Amino acid sequence: MFENLSDKLQGILGKLSNRGKLSEAEVDAALREVRLALLEADVNFKVVKDFISRVRERAIGAEVMKSLTPAQQVIKIVYEELIATLGEPSRLNLSGPSPHVIMLVGLQGSGKTTTAAKLALTLRKAGQRPLLVAADPYRPAAIVQLEVLGKQLDIPVHSEGTEVPPPKICSNALKRAREAAYSVVVLDTAGRLHINDEMMRELEQVKAQTHPQEVLLVVDAMTGQDAVRVADEFHKRVGLTGLILTKVDGDARGGAAISVRAVTGVPIKFLGVGEKTDALEVFYPDRMASRILGMGDVLTAIEKAQEVMDQEQALKMGQKLVKGEFDLEDFREQLRQIKKMGPISQLLDMIPGMSQLTKDMAPDVTDKQMKMIEAIINSMTPEERRNPRIINASRKRRIARGSGTTVTDVNDLLTQFRQMQHMMKQLGGGGRHGRGGLKGLMSMLGRLGG
Amino acid sequence: MSVFRRSKIRDSLTKTRHSFFGQIAGLLRGGEITEETWEELEALLVQADVGVNTTIALVDRLRTEVAKGRVRGAQALQDLLKQELLNLLGTPPPMIIDEPRLLTVVFIVGVNGSGKTTTIAKLAKYYKDRGRKVMLAAADTFRAAAIDQLKIWGERVGVPVIAHQPGADPGAVVYDSIRASQSRKADLLIVDTAGRLHTKYNLMEELRKVWGVANKRVHQAPHETFLVLDATTGQNALSQARYFKEAVHVTGVIVAKLDGTAKGGVVFAIAQELGLPVRFIGTGETLDDLAEFDAKAFVEGLFE
Ligand SMILES: Nc1nc2c(ncn2[C@@H]2O[C@H](COP(=O)(O)OP(=O)(O)OP(=O)(O)O)[C@@H](O)[C@H]2O)c(=O)[nH]1
Ligand SMILES: [Mg+2]
Repeated sequence: MFENLSDKLQGILGKLSNRGKLSEAEVDAALREVRLALLEADVNFKVVKDFISRVRERAIGAEVMKSLTPAQQVIKIVYEELIATLGEPSRLNLSGPSPHVIMLVGLQGSGKTTTAAKLALTLRKAGQRPLLVAADPYRPAAIVQLEVLGKQLDIPVHSEGTEVPPPKICSNALKRAREAAYSVVVLDTAGRLHINDEMMRELEQVKAQTHPQEVLLVVDAMTGQDAVRVADEFHKRVGLTGLILTKVDGDARGGAAISVRAVTGVPIKFLGVGEKTDALEVFYPDRMASRILGMGDVLTAIEKAQEVMDQEQALKMGQKLVKGEFDLEDFREQLRQIKKMGPISQLLDMIPGMSQLTKDMAPDVTDKQMKMIEAIINSMTPEERRNPRIINASRKRRIARGSGTTVTDVNDLLTQFRQMQHMMKQLGGGGRHGRGGLKGLMSMLGRLGG
Repeated sequence: MSVFRRSKIRDSLTKTRHSFFGQIAGLLRGGEITEETWEELEALLVQADVGVNTTIALVDRLRTEVAKGRVRGAQALQDLLKQELLNLLGTPPPMIIDEPRLLTVVFIVGVNGSGKTTTIAKLAKYYKDRGRKVMLAAADTFRAAAIDQLKIWGERVGVPVIAHQPGADPGAVVYDSIRASQSRKADLLIVDTAGRLHTKYNLMEELRKVWGVANKRVHQAPHETFLVLDATTGQNALSQARYFKEAVHVTGVIVAKLDGTAKGGVVFAIAQELGLPVRFIGTGETLDDLAEFDAKAFVEGLFE
């Protein structure tokens, strides 16, 4: 019904080809469709209501960008607001002394046990020593299930059979982790109903005994309207720190993600995208937003809108560049732009007189290199990105660990970036190096992370 | 179940189970039908996962009736709504599983974690209590410890479970369990299948093949194929039902986990659009938490 939300909006608003500001009537007509689309995607009724009124406020009277139809303008606002609601991707918090405790909670059948194994694998890949804990003595063979997965991955599983209460199992596991120098403990708790007081109290006890850094709610992407009540109750009882959305590899629109975010405000940390233990992905709010809205054609409309934004941004960046204020934040932004719309040459096109120079340049930056560079910059704090000078040896180690790279990789990036900054300045100043400088810059980008 | 299993759950759950119904009742008791009545009605239906399309269609029909003057006042509207909801569920014929037969083969299918294995245990007990000779087939050879899980349930219920090794061909499990059922004179064989997302082509093809094994061995088998839906699932359940029905001959739906606060309202659309009747509901994690689905009682319950 809503595969073609943007077509629909185009139909409703298309006739109104007037430019200028969005009128109340236009916005309301469009938002009626958006509301239905969100409900169909299983976003909770009340959450939709709030969301629509937020969008309405922003949209009425909003300027329609030159390159857009009113329909596209509305979608753009909806899309941006959805992304904002979904929030930034967030990493696991492994601060403080180890062993760190990660506690998984959720309804029956949401996917906790599989997710526990996936998390342990991810953690080990990041250089941690994980210990899995079988804290579900209720569901028949739940313990064996985790043990089998642990054996497959060669990750140890702490279990004490079905007669020891879970809070005790978990505190014993923590003791064992301390003694045997495990760095992360992943607690696989039993699935339970949010309204089952006795079982919820058990979770509170587990939490009190183990002081987890992370309490992650595992939510099935196919969940309907009830997601808000479930999330709310779990959040109240055990104080969630994050969400993991599972079974995202199906065709569920995943509106529950919006609902749960709206209720708890905690970040979505991972997506489960398959039954195999390596099927765990980081979460991208933009992808999830277009999925909830009904995918493809919506994206096309937005991308068109985005292009305009990009040009405006690029212009701004061009000015920064000329002034030599280009920092790692800008650099990362630039990388993202490159991914979206091709080579950095487009940015350079914005600088007067540069288009001729950039014509014969094809930077040889592969996707993989790009990802690595971005991962390194992502692992930096905003402060470090703005002022790379403060990145000392211990910061480098942290960045390397966070991005799954080596200190040498981080060093390479910083050196190259410094040279690049220097060169940019010269370019901006009508630099003597001219063409050679630019070429150097391009090949430098190619070498980064290579 | 372990020693520290819940006991008080039951009461706390019955309270919430009918809250949705209670709300509508409150809404309609008011007497006069105003624009607000319609809006609230829509809100309640949507929040019960009935779905936008079904809700709009339902409300539109009611509106027409009211406009035509055929319905006056909240009481009459309530009766009509009841009837409309009932109509959506239809009047399915008696279950095939209940017909006398030498050997009845039942397949249980559904997405990951919907409640298949637990439901099988409950069904085994239900039919054993009614004098049937039940056997179970552990044809989920994929998920870790799925076989152990079914074996434990089989022991608790006191019915034999036919199983192979993890990773074995599920078709071979079905084949063997049919032979075992025949030689041991069991008259009801319930097959546990691996959970799978309905959009995975290969896995659905595999299901079709395993289903076909039973089809070849026993006349008209599998006689009954139940799709187990999680009551917490939203509109995606409709897609699940569509795909599973396309892959194998699904004959009915079982809604598990109705002991939570989710209402499972999506079954109205499933019944109406796909003609799939709801046959049982699951209301907990113990063997006795299974009830036959009674459409009248269910809809009647909406207004209690
Ligand atoms: N509260 C409640 N929990 C249920 C119900 N039915 C099943 N469960 C629980 O849901 C979880 C998953 O149930 P399973 O029977 O293992 O589900 P499944 O569909 O066989 O799962 P896979 O084989 O992994 O796809 C278990 O923790 C069950 O105890 C029910 O009616 N109510
Ligand atoms: Mg199972």
